[in-house]
Amino acid sequence: MLTFTIRRLVLTLPTLLVISLVIFMLLELAPGDPMAQVPLTVPPEVKEKRREALGLGQPSHVRYLKWVYQFFVVEPSIMIDWLTSKSTLLGWLPDTSLYGGDLRVISWQTRSPVMDIVVQRLPQTMWVVGMGYLFGVLIALPIGIYSAYRQYSIFDQVGTFISMVGFSVPTFFTGVLLIVVFSVNLGWFPSIYDTTLKVNSWDSFLQQARQMVMPVTVLALYNAAQISRFMRSSMLDNLNQDYVRTARAKGLSERVVVLVHVLRNSMIPVVTVIALGVPQVFGGAIITEQVFKVNGLGQLLIGAIEANDLPMVQTLTFIFALLIVVFNLIADVLYGIIDPRIRYD
Amino acid sequence: MKTKSLLLGAVTAMSLAPAAFAERGADGHVNVIYWQAPSILNPYLSGGTKDLDASAVVIEPLGRYDQDGNLVPYLATEIPTLENGGVSADLTSITWKLKPGLLWSDGSPLTSADVVFTAEYCMHPEGGCAQLAKFEGVDKVEAIDDLSVKVTFKEAKPNPYGPFMGAQAPIIQKAQFAECLGAKAPECTSANFGPIGTGAFRVTEFRPNDVISFEANPNYRDAAKPAFATMTLKGGGDATAAARSVLETGEFDLAWNLQLAPDVLANMAKGGKGEARSGFGSLVERIMVNMTNPDPALPEGERSTAKHPHPFLSDVAVRQALSLAIDRPLLVEIGYGQAGRPTCDLVPAPAIYVSGRTECMTQDLAGANKLLDDAGWARGADGVRAKDGVRLKMLYQTSTNAVRQDFQALIKQWWEEIGFEVELRNVSASVFFGGDPGSPDTFQKFYADVQMYANNFDGTDPEAYMAAQTCDKAPRPETQWQGENISRVCIPEYDAKVAELGKTGDVAKRAELVKELNNMVTNDSHMIIPLVDRGRVTGVSNTLGGFVLNTWDSELWNIADWTRIK
Amino acid sequence: MTDVLSTPPRSQWRDIWDQFKSHRGALIGGVVFMSIVVVVFLGPLIWTIDPTHVEIRARNKSPSFSYPFGTDQLGRDMLARMMAGGRVSISVGLTAMALAITLGSSVGLLAGYFRKLDWPLMRLTEIFQSLPLLPLLLVMVTLFREPLAGAFGPEKGTFILIVGAIGVTSWMATARIVRGSVLALKEREFVLAARSIGTTDFKMILRHILPNVISPIMVSATLGIAAAIITESALSFLGLGFPPDFPTWGRLLYDAVDYMQQYPSRVIWPGVAISLTVLSVNYLGDGLRDALDPRIRGR
Repeated sequence: MLTFTIRRLVLTLPTLLVISLVIFMLLELAPGDPMAQVPLTVPPEVKEKRREALGLGQPSHVRYLKWVYQFFVVEPSIMIDWLTSKSTLLGWLPDTSLYGGDLRVISWQTRSPVMDIVVQRLPQTMWVVGMGYLFGVLIALPIGIYSAYRQYSIFDQVGTFISMVGFSVPTFFTGVLLIVVFSVNLGWFPSIYDTTLKVNSWDSFLQQARQMVMPVTVLALYNAAQISRFMRSSMLDNLNQDYVRTARAKGLSERVVVLVHVLRNSMIPVVTVIALGVPQVFGGAIITEQVFKVNGLGQLLIGAIEANDLPMVQTLTFIFALLIVVFNLIADVLYGIIDPRIRYD
Repeated sequence: MKTKSLLLGAVTAMSLAPAAFAERGADGHVNVIYWQAPSILNPYLSGGTKDLDASAVVIEPLGRYDQDGNLVPYLATEIPTLENGGVSADLTSITWKLKPGLLWSDGSPLTSADVVFTAEYCMHPEGGCAQLAKFEGVDKVEAIDDLSVKVTFKEAKPNPYGPFMGAQAPIIQKAQFAECLGAKAPECTSANFGPIGTGAFRVTEFRPNDVISFEANPNYRDAAKPAFATMTLKGGGDATAAARSVLETGEFDLAWNLQLAPDVLANMAKGGKGEARSGFGSLVERIMVNMTNPDPALPEGERSTAKHPHPFLSDVAVRQALSLAIDRPLLVEIGYGQAGRPTCDLVPAPAIYVSGRTECMTQDLAGANKLLDDAGWARGADGVRAKDGVRLKMLYQTSTNAVRQDFQALIKQWWEEIGFEVELRNVSASVFFGGDPGSPDTFQKFYADVQMYANNFDGTDPEAYMAAQTCDKAPRPETQWQGENISRVCIPEYDAKVAELGKTGDVAKRAELVKELNNMVTNDSHMIIPLVDRGRVTGVSNTLGGFVLNTWDSELWNIADWTRIK
Repeated sequence: MTDVLSTPPRSQWRDIWDQFKSHRGALIGGVVFMSIVVVVFLGPLIWTIDPTHVEIRARNKSPSFSYPFGTDQLGRDMLARMMAGGRVSISVGLTAMALAITLGSSVGLLAGYFRKLDWPLMRLTEIFQSLPLLPLLLVMVTLFREPLAGAFGPEKGTFILIVGAIGVTSWMATARIVRGSVLALKEREFVLAARSIGTTDFKMILRHILPNVISPIMVSATLGIAAAIITESALSFLGLGFPPDFPTWGRLLYDAVDYMQQYPSRVIWPGVAISLTVLSVNYLGDGLRDALDPRIRGR
């Protein structure tokens, strides 16, 4: 397993380069123009000059190689410099100064380094989308297990109903519904998320909790619906296996049979689904973030796509790709731990 | 309520305000929401309205347009004119005088060097300045003394109020931007995100595409203003959510550009927390008629170019019938309510330039049918008219937007009633308005028979706007499909009149020419079919005083005068 | 499904059908689903109002005898629009789901079963997972809209484009899930036993592996229909979908969200229709899964 992990890690870099090239070519092919949001009153000659100032006049392979250099060399060196000088974790290390003043990945919309904005957006995405996902998983697992164990009981039927409705009604509807009920009519929660709020007292913590309730609920419902269905079906597959009968015959308690033997063997599809979902947490929840004005990474990506801000789209998409590759690898390693019979070499 | 009475009310409130609240920062905090979030506070690096509006809180031009389109001095002592000698008699130069004693928010004095630098910054050939058009024709900008600046044009300029006038061309501080000229412009992130200004507020935190925090500028020229100590400008979401946060939940004080169905807005206003106000500028929703043939069977590079005239839209009777079949008042009622008025003109304001023809105002299906019958377009068995084997089958495209899709459905039905076959298409706005020459779906390429969108002009002078419809400005492969003459209008007489307009200084004569030009493309030839004069709708909280809706300048132009109504 | 019904009686299929019949949820689900399909596809023969006809005097009507579901902001009949929308949404949902599931399952089975294929196929899956959805869809429109419209006519061309776009962008999760399960399955004793009696790879996959991964595929399929119906509405905003006056359930729901407070019925109709379709397919899937599982069938 260890050799497998190491070999996969070594092969990750070329994979990532290929992915970054594919993304770049896709974005080149996609119709769009960074001047799309500029008012029509700005004459075409001025727009052409601005395109040139953005570097659009250069051939695409030059722009790609520039991006590769900026993303793989310049940005990491800034990151390392920051880690060794300012961060609390590694600040004790001797300060490095790897960054030599090269141009960083610059957004076309804001004319500022893309990574700075990403770092600025991470907290709200992690808080809202991350919590939504975490709660989703925590709700989904017990519901899935119990629904399967008591298949076709009232609990199972109600669970099925809620999760299917929860999944088939899109978040652009549930989000607005919650706002209308809880912000407009009841006035319990704010309809607009305040990203400048700093949590440093009990009151500000309560305020933070209040503004997180609705988006987290929407996301948790949506995620739980999906994961609980996979958990339930996988448990059902295993509950009738021969080994379960054997385990029961051996006199093991029902709790041990279900929660240890059956659960462990049922985890493979669930682990896959959960691992598939984690990069999406970082990718933000585009619609939910829009509805509640959370302005996290999802909103950043959609805004960049609408404005055809290619450096921003390329960088964000690539960061998500990196996470996808890493979490797929983690899932593969977990398979081996859950079921030692699985071998890759 | 009528717009006029609203405006009057607001003006009275504003004139009373200073007497009632005469202390800076006494009214606490004000919350503004823009459903498009500002990306940068340097208007020279972004043409977006959201960015211009946000920067207007911090940096100011020498003069602005007020709500009636009049020029009012801001950093200048007065607006230079021919009468007061500020504009030279031969119209080739204009001299601005700064108010004495003005300070930047960092405490340093504002001088003519800053004004000269601003021009240098935008006119730098490598800077990619978004407001270059404002400085068009400028020969040199020079400081005469510490407080006077002279702008010299290459030739006589009938409208010399391009540089340093309006939200598009504010003064930036030389000390802050001196190292940011040309190609270095994007490297000055902290300056672009937090320009030092002379405006009522200064930036405390800028989160691009998210939220901006401001506080009152301690060096603002009026010691009693602004009444608010701090301000938040939140961005993101959509127009509905922005309207809701002002009109229904009252979390915000002002919401920008609420383009929503009138009954949705009216229902929200029942909440009693605020009201929707509207004002009119020069924005006109129109249908552009393709004078060239967009047939997909034509080879790439010849589609929608002057090589192939349109098989039936080049017939003026067909175009007139299209215009006559439209019930403009009904469109307004459904799509815009109080924020729209039917129009037959491309130039809906200022009043002196409006031709004011009204023959398109009433729908006349019978008249449209008769026109087509007389022109020889006879109905076939399926109800679709044809002549010499040419069927009246059209593709009608626009950008994705709820109101536009409703308009498409309505207009399609009217056109079908007079014997057209209409296919609809909607295109994502970022593609439609983007100029990507590789995409078949841009409005410049116009691979459709008719298309609908809105356009306006900057400031109060329509010269550049009229000049956009000349023959040489048609988008075509040789220009990488760039160009503003979307309908591919090509009338030599029109081009000649545009040239004449460029040489005419007398306002009355200019107005006459603009009216003629307007009618040549709209009421007389129907190459452009105006539909709705679109106002801007702003949601204003009942507790916000002093706000005056201004469609000629930034939405936040008079933020120094805002107060809290207690 | 139809396969099950029309095949001449063979003992195994009869067993499955018997088991399926006795599954109450599956029967109810089947009846509900069939009624939705019948109403949506045959309803327009009885209710002949044109779903795109604008009746400007009858705007925003609440449900009444002449307009059973009310009308929208342009006075278009909601019942007619729901039926027309359902035809598109159900066809798109089922076809796109079938495409995504077929693609995903095939990739997952091959990658999980053949060790040599695992690495390339999974890296391909990762590339597809990484591609940004909106630009990808825009590229597809630019490249394929006109050729497809030319080859199949505008309506069929659009349908193929939409189904293709949704299918191609949503098979990856299924592939990962199926592969994970196959990896575990192929080390089980019964696979070793089957291999020792000389079962070919093809038969092995079809007879032994596939039936054992059918339940995660079923779950993916049910969730896939819901996702496809919603994705279709997102496509129409990009100009990738059907013409803008053409209703679909997803778009009806989206358009109605702004009017939620004044005319709640307009969000309820499409919302209920989508949920009901997905729920009924889910119960059908449950029944089918139970029927196909020999261990349950005996009980």
